[in-house]
Amino acid sequence: MLTIKDLKASVDGKEILKGLNLEVKAGEVHAIMGPNGSGKSTLASVLAGRSEYEVNGGTVTFEGQDLLDMKPEDRARAGVFLAFQYPVEIPGVSNANFLKTAVNEVRKSRGQEILDSKDFLVMMKERMKLVEMDKAMTQRSVNEGFSGGEKKRNEIFQMAMLEPKLSILDETDSGLDIDALRIVSNGVNALRDGKRAFIVITHYQRLLDYIVPDFVHVLYKGRIVKSGTKKLALELEEKGYDWIKEEAEALNA
Amino acid sequence: MNSTTINTINANSLLQDFDLFTDLYGKQTNYFQEIRKFSADKFNVLGIPTQKNEEWKYLNLSPLFKNDFRSVSHTQAFEIDAASAKQFHLCGENAIVFVIENGRLNRAASNVKTLPKGLSIGTLAELADDARVQKHFAQHADAITEPFVALNTAMSFDAMIVLLDEKIKINETIQFAFVTNTNQENISVPIRVLVIAEKHSECTVVESYHTLNEQHKVFVNAVSEVVVGEEARVHYAKIQIESENTFHINYHQVNQAKNSYQHITSLSLGASLLRNNLHIQLDGENCTTYLNGLYVLSGTQVMDNHTLVDHAMPNCYSNELYKGMIDDKSQGIFNGKIFVRKDAQKTNAYQSNKNILLSNDASINTKPQLEIFADDVKCSHGATTGQIDEEALFYLRSRGIAEPEARALLNHAFAAAVINQVESELLKESLLLLLSRKLRVMEEV
Ligand SMILES: Nc1ncnc2c1ncn2[C@@H]1O[C@H](COP(=O)(O)OP(=O)(O)OP(=O)(O)O)[C@@H](O)[C@H]1O
Ligand SMILES: [Mg+2]
Repeated sequence: MLTIKDLKASVDGKEILKGLNLEVKAGEVHAIMGPNGSGKSTLASVLAGRSEYEVNGGTVTFEGQDLLDMKPEDRARAGVFLAFQYPVEIPGVSNANFLKTAVNEVRKSRGQEILDSKDFLVMMKERMKLVEMDKAMTQRSVNEGFSGGEKKRNEIFQMAMLEPKLSILDETDSGLDIDALRIVSNGVNALRDGKRAFIVITHYQRLLDYIVPDFVHVLYKGRIVKSGTKKLALELEEKGYDWIKEEAEALNA
Repeated sequence: MNSTTINTINANSLLQDFDLFTDLYGKQTNYFQEIRKFSADKFNVLGIPTQKNEEWKYLNLSPLFKNDFRSVSHTQAFEIDAASAKQFHLCGENAIVFVIENGRLNRAASNVKTLPKGLSIGTLAELADDARVQKHFAQHADAITEPFVALNTAMSFDAMIVLLDEKIKINETIQFAFVTNTNQENISVPIRVLVIAEKHSECTVVESYHTLNEQHKVFVNAVSEVVVGEEARVHYAKIQIESENTFHINYHQVNQAKNSYQHITSLSLGASLLRNNLHIQLDGENCTTYLNGLYVLSGTQVMDNHTLVDHAMPNCYSNELYKGMIDDKSQGIFNGKIFVRKDAQKTNAYQSNKNILLSNDASINTKPQLEIFADDVKCSHGATTGQIDEEALFYLRSRGIAEPEARALLNHAFAAAVINQVESELLKESLLLLLSRKLRVMEEV
């Protein structure tokens, strides 16, 4: 589904991704861990098409298409979704209105029927239940005045509405209480159908108890320096990153 | 010659039709004729301000008054009828709508059933004998130092008067649709309003400004005086959607007595050159006043908002929010004054001006001016000018919304925040529609 080859990217002239390789197949869940500042959000931003990030080399292919050549909106329509680490507040744009526009844009591009207000409401109610979201929240402006946890929940709600093929969750678990963590995970698991794929960026192996990954990768200094199974996450939890860093530095030397 | 005014010959020409109407006001003709003469003399002395005048610094009127404006005809037959007037209705079916075509009341086009008890609306000629009219007409807007108030007072004829008796609450919105409809070039149209809301009364008044025959250059000069009695509540809106050939200067003067409430929304979308002057005089204790404005400019439009809230008495609250969206080569100006006089202790006065520049050639001059002479006050003001929020734009796009639509959503949200404060739902809907229409046109260009 997604093939990243030797991806190099920089921001403000500073190289952050330094030759990153990753292959995600349909139905798989990949967890990406790694120390602060290693480039995890940068990878997510590059995949979503944020223009501040300059791609200096490598390729990203999504379902046969050159992803890097597509506008952010076209990536979304093709089925890529990013749950932001820091979702922005957009005063004056109602959550419901915004989502209706987004859902219908995505549906249009997939050749699906456009939802009228009634059908949209039905779908919204059903998905709201999934993430136990309050009705009042959908009527408010996008993320405006939402607590940290509410913002994250809203990201998963949007994911549930847009039904993407590939979802990238950037630290969706940070700032969530135990209940919210379960709710958010349920939202993700409900979408798992053997075809959809997920890239889950997290610092905590706890999330991976709920969303069980097929692979765990460690991103360090702009490269994936180690990959393994769920066991790797447990090992990291126990031992920290020092041994990985040492291994990586040794290899580089 | 006074260097802060333009050559008085041009100013004179605006008064050349002064004698066309000298017998409009029946028994009171002499009284009002005196006021007119006095104002004409004042205007002759004041002349048209130049940019050397601090209050007119950013607005160049000299090209405008190179034109030799003649007074609009007082005898031209009306063209608007009740059916065609529907296009000007902004406040739903129950509204009381007066159509003023070229500065004259067109009764046939108006939508006025019998007025509720305690409410009189008519022209100055019709209501000239009412003592309240004589007490307040031309007594509040400043014809002594403001040239265009003086000009208007000298040249306006069908002033529209609203008299609201004590304790009367009117649910229906009162709308004055001022329509310029001329097939001549360089016509000046004076417009005048006086609203008197007595003690404990409440009403909603909307002034809307339209153009029917869009290709002709017109100069609309409007003055409104609004007297808000003790405990009275007045909701007001001024909607400016005139043609690109319109030059529009208006003064809106509000005088509030103690414990009164006033809320005004000013929506400026039209005209090539527009100057809004809004002056709120808080002459009693415990007044509450809201001033909300939205100006959306494109092409080469120039819009200048000058506001003044004068806290003359203690314990009053004022809150001002003006927002601007400025595109293409257009030019926005905001000047917001707040005076807090020596006696006006415990004043709360807030002001905010926010602008978005949508093009590199667009400009805004914004100047908040606080003059505070009391010591126990809470005042704040802030002005921001920026571009569209790129983070928000990316967020919307990352959800599948194409860039132009995402921009439109954000622009609309920015501007709608002002309109959303309008209390009447019907009016709010109409205004949102007018805003969307203008934004859509702007996107297409
Ligand atoms: N806009 C920017 N300008 C300058 N430097 C940036 C910018 N964005 C990211 N960086 C830098 O790039 C590096 C990688 O940042 P990134 O956000 O991708 O890290 P991360 O792995 O997501 O970290 P965390 O775990 O803390 O979220 C950091 O050193 C960061 O400071
Ligand atoms: Mg990050």
